[in-house]
Amino acid sequence: MKNLKTIIFFAVVILALNLNAQNNAGLKLPEGFKATLFADTIGSARHIAITKSGVVFAKLMYPNKAGKSIIRLEDVNKDGIADKINGWANYGGTGIIIKGKDLYATSDNDVYLYQLNDKDEVVNPLSPKTIVKGLIAKNQHASKSITLDGDNNVYVNIGAYSNACQEKDRTPGSKGMMPCPILDSAGGIWKFSGTKENQVYGDGKRYATGLRNVVGLDWNTQSNSLFVMQHGRDQLNSFYPTLYNDAQNAELPAETMYELHEGDNAGWPYVYFDPYQKKKILAPEYGGDGKKEGGENALNPTVFFPAHMAPNGLLFYTGDQFPAKYKNGAFIAFHGSWNRAPLPQEGYFVAFVPFKDGKPNGEWEIFANGFSGLAEGEKVTNVRKVKSRPCGLAQGPDGSLYVSDDARGSIFKISYAK
Amino acid sequence: MAKQLTILFSTLLFFTISANAQDVVKGKKIYETRCLACHQADGGGVPNMNAPLDGSSNLVGNNIARLVKIIRGGYSEKIALDGYYYNNVMTANPDLKDEDIANVLSYVRNSWSNKASKVTVAQVQAVKNKK
Repeated sequence: MKNLKTIIFFAVVILALNLNAQNNAGLKLPEGFKATLFADTIGSARHIAITKSGVVFAKLMYPNKAGKSIIRLEDVNKDGIADKINGWANYGGTGIIIKGKDLYATSDNDVYLYQLNDKDEVVNPLSPKTIVKGLIAKNQHASKSITLDGDNNVYVNIGAYSNACQEKDRTPGSKGMMPCPILDSAGGIWKFSGTKENQVYGDGKRYATGLRNVVGLDWNTQSNSLFVMQHGRDQLNSFYPTLYNDAQNAELPAETMYELHEGDNAGWPYVYFDPYQKKKILAPEYGGDGKKEGGENALNPTVFFPAHMAPNGLLFYTGDQFPAKYKNGAFIAFHGSWNRAPLPQEGYFVAFVPFKDGKPNGEWEIFANGFSGLAEGEKVTNVRKVKSRPCGLAQGPDGSLYVSDDARGSIFKISYAK
Repeated sequence: MAKQLTILFSTLLFFTISANAQDVVKGKKIYETRCLACHQADGGGVPNMNAPLDGSSNLVGNNIARLVKIIRGGYSEKIALDGYYYNNVMTANPDLKDEDIANVLSYVRNSWSNKASKVTVAQVQAVKNKK
């Protein structure tokens, strides 16, 4: 009898594992792609980074139940599911990136540097170097995302602690401040040395401005330049109901990708990008009426997407595992919208944009969908009931794509089998 | 048995009438125009950003004055609620009348899974944080 129970138990486990493999961890993927649930319920996994040996590290928005906020995940038996998981650190944050044996991680104020040993274990979990400290974090758009260029510089997003730089934030009728004082210390990307310790604002430089909030960013090695995904402004209908109805608010403004060079300005808070007129439109807080153009000196987006989808992860794919069309293209993790209500929400998927020689080379498409856990074709209406929200992206040494989720705390591993 | 059924029926009727009372209907309208964009149709809010109203211990609690102050004056600090944090800014509603505030509070305190006492105009009037 006991044997029978054991057999049934293992049969159920094997069946469950098979189902997990067969249904691609619940994701809908293009033909030939497979997914495994690499990890589950590890905590609020924001960005992720992977070493050359394939060890995955996740930064958590808040410490998990074990009180850890940087999680190390290793797949020792190489079955596509992490089987050795531990962690360290006790501060929440979003940013994490690895270069060789250097692991950078962020809190909402600081950038820290840890060292990995030859087994990709952290050497100094309690005593990282502080690379940057004292960055502004005022609740709204407080998380710091980071990436590196090829010259040991670290690029940090400092989000604007505001929706549209009104005198009183998110208040009907409150005017936009001119010039917007937030831009002196936030609302842009700052560049710091990746090796100098204890840098503050004055040690770095404002690399690009006019960016409301960037969560996903990546260095493109083909164009040798920084690309970022901006979160567009909210609530045009709430504050300007005579200019924008609910349906217009749901589609305005576009979520935008920019290629940035030093000194660039993407136009926030003075303008937003309208995906229908394909123009930079003056924000209503600055006298706009939904038609007046503005931002003559501001960048145009490199690519634009539907509104409010919250692009939280950006990754240029440099691997050889995926079919040729994906090489050097951009994957974007869309966390999913809330500000389309009362209309249904959008996003909650990973999108792909083909690139050639560092420029977009075709329309964007949905690459991986189904994170929300809803039936195919069903739209999210209750944000809190969503199962998983894509947030971070990283590429494994074998060319697999990893996607983190800060709602359920999962990491998905997506691979292609020829 | 018949007496018990009558009591049960009367109780049900009472709650049905209460739930459909004018104040709650008016409160729903205010919720849809002022609150739903952030707090969502299911009152569930948005994780980490906009606090939920459905199931919120603050909302169904007895500190009505605090609720009135937040509706009138907005809220811009990170809020800890039932084990989670929310960091988005809540818009102030200085133009809402005391009656509107009583109605919308009565609505949200008795919507979704929430069951709490209705808020009267007098309770709102007693809170002095008007401009």
